[in-house]
Amino acid sequence: MGKVKPGPLARRPDNSAFQQQRLPAWSPMLTANTVLPFFYFMALICMLLGVWLLLTVQSTEELKLDYTEAGTCNLCFEKRKNVSNAAQPCICTAVFNIKKAFKGDVFFYYGLINFHQNLRRYMDSRDDAQMVGRKNNLKSPSSYCMPFDKDKNGVPIAPCGAVANSIFNDSFTLSYMSSSGSVHVPLLRKGISWYTDKNIKYRNPSTENMTLPQVFEGTAPPLYWQKPVYDLDPLDKNNNGFINDDLIVWMREAAFPSFKKLYGVLHRANKPFINGLPAGNYSVEISYNFPVQYFRGRKEVVLTTLTWFGGQNHFLPIAYLVTSCLILLIAILLTVFWFKFGKNGQNMEE
Amino acid sequence: MSFFGMDCVKKKEQELERKLRANDREYNLPFKYATNAIKTSKYNPFTFLPLNLFEQFQRIANAYFLFLLVLQVIPQISSLSWFTTVVPLVLVLTVTAAKDATDDINRHRSDNQVNNRKVKVLIDRKLRSEKWLDVQVGDIIKLENNQFVTADLMLLSSSEPLNLVYIETAELDGETNLKVRQALTVTGDLGEDIEKLADFDGEVRCEPPNNRLDRFTGTLTYAGQKYSLDNEKILLRGTTLRNTGWCFGLVLFGGPETKLMQNCGKSTFKRTRIDRLMNVLVLCIFGFLAFMCTILAIGNCFWELNEGSQFTVFLPRQDGNDAGFSAFLTFWSYVIILNTVVPISLYVSVEIIRLGNSFYIDWDRKMYYSRSDTPAEARTTTLNEELGQIKYIFSDKTGTLTQNIMTFNKCSINGKSYGDVYDCTGQRLEITEHTERVDFSFNKLADPRFRFHDHSLVEAVKLENPEVHTFFRLLALCHTVMAEEKKEGELSYQAQSPDEGALVTAARNFGFVFRSRTPDSVSIVEMGQQRSYELLAILDFNNVRKRMSVIVRSPEGKLSLYCKGADTIIYERLHQSCSKLMDVTTEQLNEFAGEGLRTLVLAYKDLDEGYFNEWKQRHHEASTLLDDRESKLDELYEEIEKDLLLLGASAIEDKLQDGVPQTIEQLSKADIKIWVLTGDKQETAENIGYSCNLLQEEMNDVFIISANSPEDVRQELRDARTSMKPGEDSVFLPESILGKGVKVMADEAVNGEYGLVINGHSLAYALERSMELEFLRTACMCKAVICCRVTPLQKAQVVELVKKYKGAVTLAIGDGANDVSMIKAAHIGVGISGQEGMQAVLSSDYSFAQFRFLQRLLLVHGRWSYLRMCKFLRYFFYKNFTFTFVHFWFAFFCGFSAQTVYDQWFITLYNLVYTALPVLGMSLFDQDVNDVWSFQQPQLYVPGQLNLYFSKKAFFKCALHSCYSSMVLFFIPYAAMHDTVRGDGKDVADYQSFALLTQTCLLFAVTIQLGLEMSYWTAVNTFFVLGSLVMYFAVTFTMYSNSMFLMSPSAFPFIGTARNSLNQPNIWLTILLTSILCVLPVVTYRFLFIQLCPTINDKMMFKVRQAKASPAPPPRRTRIRRTSSRRSGYAFSHAQGYGDLVTSGRFLRRPAFSRSSGLINAGRTTTGFSPMGRSAGYSPTGRPQNAKVSDVEVTSLQMYRTITDPSL
Repeated sequence: MGKVKPGPLARRPDNSAFQQQRLPAWSPMLTANTVLPFFYFMALICMLLGVWLLLTVQSTEELKLDYTEAGTCNLCFEKRKNVSNAAQPCICTAVFNIKKAFKGDVFFYYGLINFHQNLRRYMDSRDDAQMVGRKNNLKSPSSYCMPFDKDKNGVPIAPCGAVANSIFNDSFTLSYMSSSGSVHVPLLRKGISWYTDKNIKYRNPSTENMTLPQVFEGTAPPLYWQKPVYDLDPLDKNNNGFINDDLIVWMREAAFPSFKKLYGVLHRANKPFINGLPAGNYSVEISYNFPVQYFRGRKEVVLTTLTWFGGQNHFLPIAYLVTSCLILLIAILLTVFWFKFGKNGQNMEE
Repeated sequence: MSFFGMDCVKKKEQELERKLRANDREYNLPFKYATNAIKTSKYNPFTFLPLNLFEQFQRIANAYFLFLLVLQVIPQISSLSWFTTVVPLVLVLTVTAAKDATDDINRHRSDNQVNNRKVKVLIDRKLRSEKWLDVQVGDIIKLENNQFVTADLMLLSSSEPLNLVYIETAELDGETNLKVRQALTVTGDLGEDIEKLADFDGEVRCEPPNNRLDRFTGTLTYAGQKYSLDNEKILLRGTTLRNTGWCFGLVLFGGPETKLMQNCGKSTFKRTRIDRLMNVLVLCIFGFLAFMCTILAIGNCFWELNEGSQFTVFLPRQDGNDAGFSAFLTFWSYVIILNTVVPISLYVSVEIIRLGNSFYIDWDRKMYYSRSDTPAEARTTTLNEELGQIKYIFSDKTGTLTQNIMTFNKCSINGKSYGDVYDCTGQRLEITEHTERVDFSFNKLADPRFRFHDHSLVEAVKLENPEVHTFFRLLALCHTVMAEEKKEGELSYQAQSPDEGALVTAARNFGFVFRSRTPDSVSIVEMGQQRSYELLAILDFNNVRKRMSVIVRSPEGKLSLYCKGADTIIYERLHQSCSKLMDVTTEQLNEFAGEGLRTLVLAYKDLDEGYFNEWKQRHHEASTLLDDRESKLDELYEEIEKDLLLLGASAIEDKLQDGVPQTIEQLSKADIKIWVLTGDKQETAENIGYSCNLLQEEMNDVFIISANSPEDVRQELRDARTSMKPGEDSVFLPESILGKGVKVMADEAVNGEYGLVINGHSLAYALERSMELEFLRTACMCKAVICCRVTPLQKAQVVELVKKYKGAVTLAIGDGANDVSMIKAAHIGVGISGQEGMQAVLSSDYSFAQFRFLQRLLLVHGRWSYLRMCKFLRYFFYKNFTFTFVHFWFAFFCGFSAQTVYDQWFITLYNLVYTALPVLGMSLFDQDVNDVWSFQQPQLYVPGQLNLYFSKKAFFKCALHSCYSSMVLFFIPYAAMHDTVRGDGKDVADYQSFALLTQTCLLFAVTIQLGLEMSYWTAVNTFFVLGSLVMYFAVTFTMYSNSMFLMSPSAFPFIGTARNSLNQPNIWLTILLTSILCVLPVVTYRFLFIQLCPTINDKMMFKVRQAKASPAPPPRRTRIRRTSSRRSGYAFSHAQGYGDLVTSGRFLRRPAFSRSSGLINAGRTTTGFSPMGRSAGYSPTGRPQNAKVSDVEVTSLQMYRTITDPSL
C-alpha cells in the first residue's frame, strides 16, 4: 500500500468494504421455497420441450439403406476385397421402397460405419495451410501428413495426409421407379458444406491467370485417388481443387466412428419431385469404389427430411421426457421429505 | 541462504581459532576474514534466471510439468500441442520469478541500507566516517549513543566510569532491559585518545565464528600481558548502545560471521494439514492417472489388434510399430491428456488464495490496535486455512494474557478497605476509563501515570491518619527498588518485579516518595518533607520465607521493622492483639482475591535498641559463618520477625489484557483447548487462570500436580484420572500406543469439567518418555491446563507432545523471547507485537497487538480461510476431474488414440482463463455467515477441527461426482449428436462441432456448479462468473474467426465452428439438458441433507436468514465476580538475592543522590521505569508450600547486573 499517512494512526488499515470483507452480497440458500417450485417448474419445462421436440422429430421421415452387400453390390464387395482390383470400376444397384412420401427438402447422405475418422494420428494427418492455398505448403506439405506427404518419387501430394487420401469415393445415382418408368432423381451436389469451409477454410492456391491444373503442377494426387484434385468435378470447373464440396465435406472429420455425410440435396425443380420424394420404389446405382471390408465397416445411404431441429434423432426428445419425469419424481419426494421433516425447521434447532 | 550457509560451514572447518591484531589490516588480511558487508539476497542480475529456474524446478509440480513438456515434444506421443503446457508453465514460472525477484530486490535494498550505514573508523590515526561494509576485522571503531553496534566488537573503552557501556539486546534476544558490558581496565585506559588508540596493537585470539549469543572465549595479548576475554567484554552486532556517550571497540567478527547473522538460521518451513493431505491426494491422483492410462493403453492394444490393424490402409503405422508399442506410446499420450487431474494452476491458485486471505488479516481494522498503532500482520502467507482447524492453543501468560502492568488497585488499612468507588446510593461503581481520578497535584513528585479512584484514601493521608502513614512509609521503605532521578522531580524506579514497582509508586503518589538509597540509608520524602532512614538490615525475600523485612532507624532515632509478605506467613507472626483486625483484614483479603488481585499483607513492629544491637551482633556472626549459614540466618530472621503489628494489605492487579476472559470463553465454546504455559509461579498462574476464566469455580476439580519424584508425579496423574473417570480400569496405557512411534490418541470423555495445574518440576518428569503419554492423557481430559514455571524448552516440548500424539493442530501464542521455541514448534505461532522485543514476532507466523484479536483471527479469518480453501479444493478437483474424465469416455470411441475431446486452446485456457477467476472469486470472498455471526456462534469453528470440509472422503465424493458429471457431459452430447445434422442438412456431428459442444456444456456445468457452491455472491463474484462465460464465448469466437485462421491455419483449425454450430437449437437444447442433469443430483442431495441432517453451517445460515438482520449484540457481560473463598493470597513475583545486592553497594555505581548538593549533577537513568518492561530471562521463583528448603532454586539476577570490578 506504499502510501504513508502521517499521524498516530498511520498504520491503520483502510476502512473499505472490500478490505474489511463487508462487500454487500447475496447469500442464496437451498430452501424449500426456492428448490421445490424450481423443480416443478423445471419438470414442466422439460416435459413441454420433450413433447414439442418429439412431435417435431416425428414429423421427419428417414430411410437408411445399408448397401454394403445389398442387391448386386455383394459382387463389388467381393471384388474390393482384393487390393489388386482397386482400380477396376464396379457398378452395382440397390433398390428400396419409400412407403410414405418424403415431403419437403430431402437430403441424401452417405454413411460409414466403423470408420474411425477420429483417430488422433488420422486427424492430425492433414495440412490446413496447404488447403487454404498456401503455395509453400502446396510444394512442401506439413510433416503431419506423413506418410502421405510425398509420393514414391518425392513429389508432394496435394491434398496431403491420410484424411484426404481416404476420401469416400463411391458415387450414387438415384432413380425413381414410377409407373411410367425410371426417372432420374436430380440431386444438388453443391452447397452441401459449411459456408466458412467453402469460402475461407479451403481455397485454391491463387491462380493468376493460370488454370487449375497448372497451379497443381508438380504435385501428385493422393495415392488412393484416381483423379487429381483439380479434376474432381468434371461438370463444374469451380468445384475443383481444394474447394470441391465433396472433399470439404470429407475433410470435416466426424466425431464418431459411425457417421453420415451429406452427398446431395433433392433438386425440387421438376415433377414429380416438387414436393419431395413421392412414395414408391427407388433404385440407387452405386459406383462402388470405397473398400470397407478392411476395417469391417458398413456403407449406407440415408435419405431424410429435416426440420429446424435437424434429422430424425429421437434421443433429445426422449431424454427430455425422461428427465422431466425424473425431476417430477424427485420433486414429489423432496416435497414429502420437506413436509415431514423440514417444514417446521425442527432439524434446524441446535 | 543455503550458499551462505555452506560458506559458513566451510569457514568453520578451516578456522579453528581466530587471530587478529588491532589496527593492522595487513596482518589480518591473509586470514581472509569476512568483511562487515552482509548479503541476505540470493541473486544478482546474472544469476537470477538460472538460479531461480533451478529452484523452481525443484518443486515437484513444476518438474512434473517440465516432464510433460518433454513428452509433448516427442511427436509420436504428443497428443496435445506444446503450448497447452508451455503457456501455463511459463505463466506460473513468470509469476513466481517476479515474486522472487521483488523479494530479492527488497533484500538487496535492505542489505544496501544496512551496508551503507556510517560508522566512525580509526584509519591512519584518524577517525573517519566509513560505510559499514568497509569495516574490517581488526579495525577500531567508535560508536555513539543510540547507535547500532556495527559488528561483533571487543569493547575497548567507554565514556562511562569503570568503562561500562549499556546495551539493549532487543533485536538479538528480545530482552528489553539494558545490559551492561565492561571493558578491560587496560584497554579502558586508552579512553578516547586517538593517538593511544591508534597505537594500540593488541592481539586477540578467540573462538571461530559461532552462533552462541551468551558465550565468548578469547584472549587479548597487549603489551606483553595476556588478558582473558569473555562475553562481558563483547558487543554483538544487532544490539544498540544506550545511555553511553561513546565507546570504542575492536572488530572481531564482521558481516556474515557475526553472531547475529550466524543465528538467523533457516526457519523451519511449515506446511498445513491441507498441504499434507493435498500431497497425499496428488500422489493418489498420480496413481489413479497411471491406472487410467494403463486401462486406455490396454484398450489401445486391443483396438490396434482388432481394428487398427485393418485400418492401416488408411492410416499406416510408422515403421515397426506394433500394437504393443502403440499401446506404450498411447500410455504416455494419455498421461499428457489426462494431466489436468493435477493441474499446475492448482498450486498457483492455492497460493493466491492464501495470499489474499493473508491480506485480509493485514487489513482487518478490528485487529488493529490503535494505541500502539499496530495492525495485525500475517507474516507467513501459507498457513491461513490451518487457522480454521486449531484444536489446542498454548499461551504464554505474562504479556500475552496479562499486560504485565501491575497497578496498585486496592488496599486495606487498619481494617478499612480503600479503592472502591461508590455512588451516592452506596452502590459500588464499575471502574472504567472515565471514572474520576484522584488528584495528586498536592504532591509534586507524584507519578502522573498512576491512577487511583478512591478519594477517601487521599483524605486519610491528608488527615495524617497514623496507620495510613505507616502503611505507605512501609511501602516506601521496605523494598529493593532502585531510584534514579535525572532531573529534579523526575523519578524513575528500577524494580526487579513489577509488583514492587507498583507498590513503591503507590507510596510515592500518596506522599511517601522513595527518592534514593545508599547501601545503608533510604531517603524518602514524607508529605513533602525530606527524611533519611538509616537502613540497618534487609531480611531478604526467599521462596520459603515468602516475606521481606527491613529494619530502619528513623531520623528521630526510632528503630522499626517493616515487613511485607504472604498473608498466611505474616498471620502466623502477628501479635495476639491483632486478632480482631486480622479477621477484618482476612475478609477484605478474600474480597480482593476474589477479584483476582494479588495481595500482600503488611506489618511492622518497633524494635528495642538493645535487643536489636544484640541481634545484629548475632546476625553478623551468622552471616560470616562458613557452613549452615542460611539456616542460621533464617532462624535469626524468624526470631526478630514476630509479634508483628498488622497494618493492612495491599492488592495489586496484574492487569489482564482487554477482553481476555471473553476471548477465552469464546475459544472454549469453539471447542479449542487452551493451555497456559508460563514461567510464573504456581500461585500467580493459578490466580490468572481464575481471573481470565480459564479455571472456573464451577469446575468439579482442579488438580494440582506438584510432586518431586517421578513416581509421585505418575501417581498424582493417575489419581487425577481416576477421579475424573471413576471405574476406569485401564490405568495403564496399552503397550501398543507406547511402543509405536506416532499414534493418535483419541479424546476421552469425562463427566464434568476439570482443570490441571502442573509445575515445572513435575512437568520435567511428566515429559519424560516413559510418562509423557500418561501426562498427555490426563491433561487432555481436563478442560484447562496450566503449566507453571516452565522453561522455554519445556514449552516447546509440551507443544511437540501434543502435536505428536493428538494429531491436532496447535497454535502457540506469546510475546517474549522465551516463547520463541514454542512458537516455532507449534503448527502456527502467533506473536504479540508491540511491547517486548521483536523476537517472538520475528519467529511467528502471525502477529498482532492484543490477545483478544486471537478470537477474530481464528473464528473469523481462520474459519473463513479454511472454508474457502476447502470449497476451493473440492470445486477445483471437481472441475478438473470432470474435464479430464470426458477424455476417458471419448477414448472408447476414438480407438484409444489419445484424441482430445476439446479444442487444444480450450484445454490451454480452461484452467487459466475460463474457470480461474470465478473459483478465485469464490475462494476470496465466500463467507457462510458474516463475522458477527461467526463470533456469536463459535460452534461454527468445530467442523474445521474435525476436518469436515475437506478430507479423503470429501475428495472421493468429488471424484464420484465428477465421474457422474463427465458421463453426462460426454454421453448426452454423444447421443444427441452422433446421428443428427444441422437444420440445413449440413454437418454438425463432426469432431470440431462436437468438441465445441462438449466444452460449452462442460463450462456451463462447472459454472453452475460453482454457483451452487458459492454462498456469498458479491458483485465481484457475479462479475467473475458471468464475465468468464462471456469471456469464453468472446475468446472462442475470436479463436474460431477467419482472421485468426488465416494468420495461422494450423494453430486455429476450428474456423467457423462456433458460428456454424452455436446457431443450432439442438446444440443449445443439449447444453440445457446436460446442465440440468449435472445440477439435479447435487441440488437434490444438498436439499435433502439440509432438511434431514443439516450441518452446523446450514443451521446458522438458516438462522441468519430468519433473523434477516445482524444479530443482536451479545449481552454485555457483567464482570465476573467470584464470591468464593479461594484466595490467591500470596502472589509476589519476587526473586531472591536482591537484598544483598542493595546493601552490598556493588550495584550502586555512584553515591546516592545528595539533596543539599542541588540537582546539577544529574544522574543518568539507566532506563525509564517502565511497568511494561519485563526481563524475558527473568524467572521468578515460587515454591509450592510443601517444597523443601533445599530445593530452593537459584534465581538469575538479570535485571540488576552486579558489577565486579577488579579495581574496586
